[in-house]
Amino acid sequence: MTETSASPAALKPPRSQWRDVWDQFRTHKGAMLGLIVLVSLVLFVTIGPFFRDAPELTIAQQIKLRNKPPSFEFPFGTDQLGRDMLVRMMEGGKVSISVGLVAMLISITLGSTVGVLAGYFKRLDGPLMRMTDLFLALPLLPLLLVMVMLFREKLSGALGPEAGTFLLIVSAIGVTSWMQAARIVRGEVLALKEREFVLAARSIGTPPRRVILRHVLPNVMSPIMVAATLGIASAIITESALSFLGLGFPPDFPTWGRLLYDGVEQMQLFPARVIWPGLAISLTVLSVNYIGDGLRDALDPRIRGR
Amino acid sequence: MRDTTTRPLVEVRNLKMYFPIYSGVMRKHTGDVKAVDDISFDIYEGETLGLVGESGCGKSTVGRALLRLYEPTAGRITIAGDDVASLSPEALRRKRPTMQMVFQDPQASLNPRMTVADIIGEPLDEHSGLSKAEKLARIYELMDAVGLNRTFANRYPHAFSGGQRQRIGIARALALNPKFIVCDEPIAALDVSIQAQVVNLLEDLQDKLGLTYLFISHDLSMVRHIADRVAVMYLGQIAEISPVDALYARPLHPYAEALLSAVPEPDPGRDGARQRIILKGDVPSPANPPKGCNFCTRCPKVIPVCHEVEPRLQEAAPGRMVACHLIHPIDATRAGETGRTGAQEHSQQQGV
Repeated sequence: MTETSASPAALKPPRSQWRDVWDQFRTHKGAMLGLIVLVSLVLFVTIGPFFRDAPELTIAQQIKLRNKPPSFEFPFGTDQLGRDMLVRMMEGGKVSISVGLVAMLISITLGSTVGVLAGYFKRLDGPLMRMTDLFLALPLLPLLLVMVMLFREKLSGALGPEAGTFLLIVSAIGVTSWMQAARIVRGEVLALKEREFVLAARSIGTPPRRVILRHVLPNVMSPIMVAATLGIASAIITESALSFLGLGFPPDFPTWGRLLYDGVEQMQLFPARVIWPGLAISLTVLSVNYIGDGLRDALDPRIRGR
Repeated sequence: MRDTTTRPLVEVRNLKMYFPIYSGVMRKHTGDVKAVDDISFDIYEGETLGLVGESGCGKSTVGRALLRLYEPTAGRITIAGDDVASLSPEALRRKRPTMQMVFQDPQASLNPRMTVADIIGEPLDEHSGLSKAEKLARIYELMDAVGLNRTFANRYPHAFSGGQRQRIGIARALALNPKFIVCDEPIAALDVSIQAQVVNLLEDLQDKLGLTYLFISHDLSMVRHIADRVAVMYLGQIAEISPVDALYARPLHPYAEALLSAVPEPDPGRDGARQRIILKGDVPSPANPPKGCNFCTRCPKVIPVCHEVEPRLQEAAPGRMVACHLIHPIDATRAGETGRTGAQEHSQQQGV
């Protein structure tokens, strides 16, 4: 270990850390499968509508096309109003996936910010954690309902019904689901703050902002990752519950959650109408979970070498 | 022994570090843990001051308070002309490069998510405007200086042994060319063969770079090897500061005597002659230290005045400072005659 001579040929400048992360990520089979599934789902909902458009139908045509079973013309069949299920799945997926991702991002950003600040700065700990307790104590569904009631009209007026509702729903879900993440992150930060490498950074003179970004955040990545993957699932489900209560997107506006609820009534007769949106939601959640798992392993240098 | 007539680089005056105790429903301030209670000492440029004492006596707290990793309760800490204890945050940040620290646990003191190059380069990122290539050159230079293979630069701390990790920690401390390094038990977590390597490395670096060390340890033999002067701490206070040879030959303070009697003798033939002084009882709580001398509850030579008056650290012999009522300062009596006879009595009792 005391050898100091190194052949100059063996000296490479430090590799980018992200190359290592990607190399490790690729070895995680579940994560790669999850990535492939998620990418194909995203392609399905974004590019799909270009290839298949819902035709304008007269009422007579609609009645004729009601409740068709899967066929070559309608691979997923049609619903009780004669609408093509495949198109509705694509349109609904676009909304559901973006609601899930954006709401998760909001809730994770809020949660880890509050958690890191509360854990790192002793003075902020009390106020921030009491605020977290306050949010945890609020009955969420009534709160969501009130938020939607109060702001839907204004936002829809300002941004149009779709964008307005989208913004309202993602922020409502984000603002009401960050508390678990905040608590977990705070706990981790409290333990991490006492580790000697944080003390070492302070003795070097690294300001708190950079100590947090360089030393604390990378080390609380795993719990954040777990909270994030779970957050996507619960955001999609919450959105469908809101839509079901008539407070989410308008009734004629498909989302996976909404399709699921619409299908439940006729589940006995047409099980496919529940299976497809259910499968899509499950696949999204599962693939995101596996991606999160692989990412967490890839970001940890102790695991990366194996 | 190095020339100690030079100017002190570090001057500590009346340093106090109290940790408040809050209790009750109202979280009322009910007392303090007096981890460091009114200590003063100097460290001269280029020397190594060993700081020894048993667990919990406040050694590490002194080291951390010196670099203002804790906010001292009271006192002045002058390092290279600036009072570190009262610097503004920005001035303190600019002062940081002159004083660095090597930590006890090399596993915990390195961020597991950063490569060796990032860890050693962090001080350079913070304090020098070096370009990427210059920074890398400096990192390699530092790795050479502490005896790490340059090819290790892209590895992570978990891939190294304890001794190698400690070298990484030392390289990080050296990155900004500090004058003063606090070594907080740098060898306590290493096994003996590696301890020697790390201590020799520290000595080599001191000779090459003219560093000044505060070497905190409970390994008395290792302190004897590396230190020029040694401060013995007990319960948040300094019992004795003496040049290393004088202290190990003839400790003056009864606690220093007891502590040094615990050093194992490598020669089994002479080991029989060694007389352990076994102290009775436990260390009092630093939240409620005894009245008078801190050591009076366990001192084998306690006299009534010890329970009443707190002894002050006074010069008992040239270069030797002792806080004990049994040891008379040289300026009070003629050239320390009584002090010497008192000390001789002690050594006779001990059979040295």
